[in-house]
Amino acid sequence: MNLFAEALAWLFSADRLEGSGAITVRIVEHLYFTGTSVLVAALIAIPAGYLIGHTGKGREIAVAVSGAARALPSFGLILLLVLLIGVLRVELAAVVSFVLLAIPSILAGAYSGIQAIDRATIDAARAIGMTEWQILWKVEIPLGLPLLLGGLRSGALQVVATVTLAAYVGLGGLGYDIIQGLSLRNYDQMLGSAIVIVALAILIDAAFGLLEHLAVPRGVAVGQRTELRSPSSRRRAVVGISTEPERG
Amino acid sequence: MNWVVENLELIGSLTIEHIRLSVTPIVLGLVVAVPLGWLAHRYRLTRGVVLTAVGLLYTIPSLALFVVLPPLLGIGFLSELNVTIALTVYAVAIMARSVSDALGSVDDPVRQSATAIGYSPWRRFWAVELPLAGPVILAGLRVTAVSTVSLVTVGILIGVQSLGYLFTNGFQRRIPEEIAAGVVMTVIVALLFDALLVVLGRILMPWARSLSISSAGARTSQAGI
Repeated sequence: MNLFAEALAWLFSADRLEGSGAITVRIVEHLYFTGTSVLVAALIAIPAGYLIGHTGKGREIAVAVSGAARALPSFGLILLLVLLIGVLRVELAAVVSFVLLAIPSILAGAYSGIQAIDRATIDAARAIGMTEWQILWKVEIPLGLPLLLGGLRSGALQVVATVTLAAYVGLGGLGYDIIQGLSLRNYDQMLGSAIVIVALAILIDAAFGLLEHLAVPRGVAVGQRTELRSPSSRRRAVVGISTEPERG
Repeated sequence: MNWVVENLELIGSLTIEHIRLSVTPIVLGLVVAVPLGWLAHRYRLTRGVVLTAVGLLYTIPSLALFVVLPPLLGIGFLSELNVTIALTVYAVAIMARSVSDALGSVDDPVRQSATAIGYSPWRRFWAVELPLAGPVILAGLRVTAVSTVSLVTVGILIGVQSLGYLFTNGFQRRIPEEIAAGVVMTVIVALLFDALLVVLGRILMPWARSLSISSAGARTSQAGI
């Protein structure tokens, strides 16, 4: 436990509280890369996922993409892209790889959110005369929101983990102190920043958890509370899609 | 491609090392997750505790976990044991939820019939519930295997040799082919594990052949979101 005391001492030392090595600077860098990448990935993956979910076409592509992405080692992908795009454009290369890594989860979330809706609900919307756009905006998107947020949550956590690894190519962020601590054999530095990374990941996870909870439409939430079916029949399977986050 | 041809031996030995490092966490993950998953399935109180705990563990980025585990467990930092334990933690995190969902997928009438014809709870679990939960557990195990194989590469940052060596070495020497070879081989090893598990599943659970495994997998990972 002594090591943890040293790590906390490092974390709260004067150098960490202000200046260029301050932990807040690292947190902001980390969040900046995570936020930008998730945003770009969402702009690509959400429309694509909705298109697949609404039309039912291209489902195999979504399944294949989310399956194959899990096998891709994120650390290798960053290093490869940095060499291919250019060592001088590390930020661009890193963000491209983060976006690539975040797309599958978000795509799966957007697509499965719509796919998981009871067909009868959508047929009913069509029967009362809603246009396809109205069905998408007023039925499919609100009902699919919790699963979409689940996909964004997975994507964000995946990127938070991968930004940590990207410190190896000099990106900055909270991984910086782990990589530097490794080469300098400063265990307090490594452990201190690792603790902050863990806390950050858990906070992001909790924030998305709260959002997911809030995103369940009120009518649906009321229905869930009075549901009499057994727990096993309540969960809906969505064929071949997974929003389980990958690790980096 | 030149680099690959000249270094086939290195790639081969790293691949074997990679496979060796991947097997333990996958197997241990399944073994530890069966009782945990049962606990999460059986009682409301333990369900909350187990699923919250594995959810939190799964949130921790791998590099941070490699750093935090050694002082907690009193093991060496730059050691294979550290990587094995960290990857086992992730494997358990995926599998506990998967086992719990799998047990939940067994129909109640089947469970009641087993009790009615005289199965004790212990025998019912091993002879009825676990085999019937098999296809969903297998789907979770496939996810675990693929993600473990991909994660082993991060171990190179704390000096544990695997195909990840090709990443850092290729980066330092500025040889994209070397990194690409590492990425491709990691994906191939992952697909190999996946295929092996599918075959094992067919042999162990011949009755599940008609059931789509991918749909069972979706069940597992979607649950609780």
